[in-house]
Amino acid sequence: MIEILAPGPYATVQDLGRPGYAHLGVPCSGAADEASLRLANRLVGNAKEAAGIELTYGRARLAFHAGAWVAVTGAPCPLTVRSALPVGAGMGVPFWVPAGAEVRFGAPAWGLRTYLAVRGGIAVEPVLGSRSTDSLSGLGPAPLRQGSMLPVGDSGSLVEISVDLAPAGKPPPAVLRIVPGPRDDWFAPGALAELCAEPYEVSQDSNRVGVRLRGREPARAREGELPSEGMVTGAVQVPPSGQPIIFLADHPPTGGYPVIGVVRAADLPIAAQLRPGDRVRFTVRPGR
Amino acid sequence: MIRVAGEAGLLVETGSLAVSHRLDAALRASRPAGVVEIVPGPETVLVVAPGADQGLLRARLDEVLGAVLESGPESGAPPGAEPEAVVIPVVYDGEDLDSVAELAGIPVDEVIARHTGRELVVGWLGFAPGFAYLTGLDPVLHLPRLATPRTSVPAGSVAIAGPYSAIYPTASPGGWRLLGRTSTRIWDVDADPPSLLRPGTRVRFEPA
Repeated sequence: MIEILAPGPYATVQDLGRPGYAHLGVPCSGAADEASLRLANRLVGNAKEAAGIELTYGRARLAFHAGAWVAVTGAPCPLTVRSALPVGAGMGVPFWVPAGAEVRFGAPAWGLRTYLAVRGGIAVEPVLGSRSTDSLSGLGPAPLRQGSMLPVGDSGSLVEISVDLAPAGKPPPAVLRIVPGPRDDWFAPGALAELCAEPYEVSQDSNRVGVRLRGREPARAREGELPSEGMVTGAVQVPPSGQPIIFLADHPPTGGYPVIGVVRAADLPIAAQLRPGDRVRFTVRPGR
Repeated sequence: MIRVAGEAGLLVETGSLAVSHRLDAALRASRPAGVVEIVPGPETVLVVAPGADQGLLRARLDEVLGAVLESGPESGAPPGAEPEAVVIPVVYDGEDLDSVAELAGIPVDEVIARHTGRELVVGWLGFAPGFAYLTGLDPVLHLPRLATPRTSVPAGSVAIAGPYSAIYPTASPGGWRLLGRTSTRIWDVDADPPSLLRPGTRVRFEPA
């Protein structure tokens, strides 16, 4: 069992989500920065489907009732392990947490979301095939709070841990490459250039549903709403306010505001690590 | 027209809900490789296939859409369609029943008769898991949403708003006008599929 002594500002259980149910109104959900969760699982020898913990702004404290191998990835936090035995802990390496120890996360140096994978995976009951908390629909386990107890799955059949270290990344450039469309024709000529001209500021009301931006308003060529249509993760939707929203994991499966472009899959982790107040720019150029 | 929705998505314009449903059914009956989501909407079907060759997928979608348009609606029920309408028994005692009658300018009995008198079709789902927009509602019952949404509407509430009817699958906030309630469970995460109602499902309400 892992006991949540303090969840920090917002923490949830996440895996790769529940794709395949969008036509029934179910968001995909799953880790907002999927690449970081995948890396953490790989570091402890888990299957890619294993569930981990997604912290927002760090500052969590977890008590381990049984010893476990863990790995921490994503937004880099100062890590300490309080235990009878001295334990080295760090980002991007598997380390052993002895029974009775407490893992403490500080505030991240950059980025927003930090992932903890535990060998065996977090074994809460899946809902529609996933252990992810969906903040939009409420499916899956409730967000973690003080006193939440998380069972850890069996690790007996897992392969040996074979990775020593994933070198720590630097903060990625705050540039998101987008593929224009599907509704770029709902905007005035030059609107895409407008979108890409200057950095946007990330707004305070961003969450797992979307990154809300403040900045230039791409001019519309057509008013009104579209008939509701399917939405993809990474869609840059422009509501009537003109301030774009980048859809993250918990986005609604359908929507009626036009999508001017879609963030490339490789850049979604960058979007998921943006903090309120950060500045971010769009580009339609496919290369860096 | 097929529009690009990012690296993994293609948005097929169908022009009508009926064509969306037929394309959806055809794609589910013979799912192209790599497709994880097929999301019909009133005038589109979104197809999501991460990692698939977008050119090949586009060609395949073009082909299936062509076949769907050519076969026409008279070719009978699409593959996978429900043979029978789902019958939903309703206790018509909703909080807004009287005001709906007043706004529509008809007696309460006639509201019920008009709500039960037509077979409705699930257009698409959204707003919440299992929340189906039922199309084909009698135009006399087309009324705007409540000016102030309720903070909580119980699961099983049967409601109308604009040209649609719906059944609340779970308790949630909501601005639709409540006509009554049903004990039929339309959303169950332990069932497969979890939703009784899917795009294209035909629905008939009847007084319980």
